[in-house]
Amino acid sequence: MNEAVYTASHWQSWKYCPGLMSFQVLRSSRIAVMVLKVFFPSCCATAESGLLIGRWIPEQNSAVVLAVVHFPFIPGQVKQYLSEVQRVTQVNMCVLGSWSNSKQEKEEVLVKFLEDLSTIFSHEPWIQLNKERDSRVWSCCIFQKYPSSPKEDEFILVYYDQRKVMLSQLHPTDNLTTSADHKGNDASKLGAVFDTVAKSKVLFMTDRYDDGPIKLTHWQSEGVEASIIMELMKQASVPVCMLLTFLLSLVSSVYKSRVLKLWPLSFIWSKLSTCEQLGHRLEHLQIISSNRKAQNQTQLMRKANIFVSLLIDMALGILLMSWLYRENRIGQLADTLIPVADHIAKELQDLLQWLMGVPAGLKMNRALDQVLGRFFLYHIHLWISYIHLMSPFIEMILWYVGLSACLGLTVALSILSDIIALLTFHIYCFYVYGARLYCLKIYGLSSLWRLFRGKKWNVLRQRVDSCSYDLDQLFIGTLLFTILLFLLPTTALYYLVFTLLRLLVVVVQGLIHLLVDLIDSLPLYSVILRLCRSYRLAAGVKFRVLEQKAGKPLRLLMQINPLSYGSVVQTYRLPTYACYPKDSWSSLCKKLFVGELIYPWKHKGEKQD
Amino acid sequence: MEEGVYRAVSGGRIALQRRQYSASCREFSVRCPRLQLRSLSAATCSVWLAAYGLFVLSQNSMVLSAAIFITLIGLIVYLHFVKIDHESLLVIGSLGIQMTSSYASGKENTTFIEMSQVKDVVINEAIYMQKVIYYLCILLQDPGEPHGVSEVVPLFQSSKPRLDCLVEVYRSCQEILEQRKT
Repeated sequence: MNEAVYTASHWQSWKYCPGLMSFQVLRSSRIAVMVLKVFFPSCCATAESGLLIGRWIPEQNSAVVLAVVHFPFIPGQVKQYLSEVQRVTQVNMCVLGSWSNSKQEKEEVLVKFLEDLSTIFSHEPWIQLNKERDSRVWSCCIFQKYPSSPKEDEFILVYYDQRKVMLSQLHPTDNLTTSADHKGNDASKLGAVFDTVAKSKVLFMTDRYDDGPIKLTHWQSEGVEASIIMELMKQASVPVCMLLTFLLSLVSSVYKSRVLKLWPLSFIWSKLSTCEQLGHRLEHLQIISSNRKAQNQTQLMRKANIFVSLLIDMALGILLMSWLYRENRIGQLADTLIPVADHIAKELQDLLQWLMGVPAGLKMNRALDQVLGRFFLYHIHLWISYIHLMSPFIEMILWYVGLSACLGLTVALSILSDIIALLTFHIYCFYVYGARLYCLKIYGLSSLWRLFRGKKWNVLRQRVDSCSYDLDQLFIGTLLFTILLFLLPTTALYYLVFTLLRLLVVVVQGLIHLLVDLIDSLPLYSVILRLCRSYRLAAGVKFRVLEQKAGKPLRLLMQINPLSYGSVVQTYRLPTYACYPKDSWSSLCKKLFVGELIYPWKHKGEKQD
Repeated sequence: MEEGVYRAVSGGRIALQRRQYSASCREFSVRCPRLQLRSLSAATCSVWLAAYGLFVLSQNSMVLSAAIFITLIGLIVYLHFVKIDHESLLVIGSLGIQMTSSYASGKENTTFIEMSQVKDVVINEAIYMQKVIYYLCILLQDPGEPHGVSEVVPLFQSSKPRLDCLVEVYRSCQEILEQRKT
């Protein structure tokens, strides 16, 4: 029971506890069975009799059939063709055996002939597949010239869909690239099969109208569709990319020029989210338009994802623009914007009036309350006059800003976020004043509290030391402490109200940034690929056991197990520029309590992870 | 094909089907306890009675239609994502082990583990709620070290058969795994 208790916490994590429990089973001693696996493309099941060509993987004892060569053929030509294919594809191709699809009689002649073939194409072992007439179950046999040991051979026939296996990408992909050096023994068995089929793509490129010296059956495309538009687009893409690169190099040189790096400008750039978003998109455009070929599948997918994300972004932006510039919506927007700003200012004034009275029945220090209230009221007055000064130009500004939507919805959203930040600048100012006052009081109180206890903060040693104070020092300290303590509730109330307002603005901005991030980072191409061509992104394979007959080989159907949507998004998520604040909720609360400033540009939003 | 009736940890009846395709290929399929008509009707009745109570109080017929939709969507979600009808384990000696769980709506969730990754199949014990239960699991080979176990994959997670059923499956699995080693 002790042991059981020991494992108690392990149930959820499914830890393996060796030696806890061991079931000994009488191991039956059997003769070693050599299992031979034949991966057979399902499209060749109806092929006429001939030779099986493909790759033999000796360490796994399996044969991957890639195509069937039909009778009649000249053995020399077949050998020559194979060596040619091998040179192009780097796959060790050979004749694996023979395939007979007997529709009529002529049995004995054929069997004899097939046995003779094994002497021409020497391959060890020689696989013979027979499909009988009107029968789904095939018979297999192996010929070995030098039977190494007495063993009962077992066959497993695995059907696979050649096209799907060729096009699919086995995940995780980085696994294959990192272990490329010790691939031979370490890479997964099925990975090798997938690799073989994908590499011999050249073999499948011939379509059914091509006529070569030998006739093959394998997966064939229905002929390449020749569309003039597609061809023109292909031809046009090169100059378009070159032009784009040129323009981008111009833009990025302007972007990197020294004039913009001067102190006040660079400070402003780093605070405006529009600039960051534009820089991010510029980077994306540079990646797309670069004429370097994508080295591997991951980079290719990344490019495609960025391209689709850009396209969607632009389309949404243009949609927004077409909505904005119709029926004088800009004018309406500008007309509503000024009253809204006025209304907010009015509400703030009312709030301040309320705070200057007896808010929520609290009795404040009247003098300080009045001073603070007047100060903030004057600030609001300044703000209102500023808005009214701006009001004739607002429509024009909005009209020009609206044009930026053609750069993408994300840019428009970033501009919106910046506009919100600018329009609520007074709230930010109030927050800073409130926080500074509150912070000063808290620090003063804490140091005077130390004085009470006969201690002081040693700056040099960064610790609290004991210290003996004079009587008048203690008197002054106590006096100051009392004053600060009694004035604290008033400042704390102002601080609390303005912090709440500030947090509201930050949350709104955070939501906008969340939307921008979503558009920026969602790998739409991969998701669409998963939706429409689920075999392209394979997490693995699954097998289905087909109908059995005694004495005949085991038949399995290999299907591709598609990647789940969650892992698609996780694998192909595009990186974003936004750096989220590292501090947790508790440290945020601590900062708020102590009165440290929460900077809006570090806190892209109130979402913490 | 053999079929045996066993009991799950919770006491429900489960059926174990064994199919032997060839010497090195076997399939075990455990049929989970069926969905009880009693619990289904109890859930539906409670939702509808609660909705009717709200309707009497608020006199708003939206509540009733909302209750119908909630029941329907809840049932679909339950059948499609939660209720597992049967779980099967296909052991192919030279290829690997495949686990399939079929949901009541017909959705299948398949995982295939290659034989080169499989270190062993063992029965382990764990504490679940207030009792000790046994479960069958596959130990995956750690590619870094030859004796290490990188992951433990539990089998028959939703049906949770009792020990007698697990031993049957375990013995058959070990017979096949034994052939691999020789």
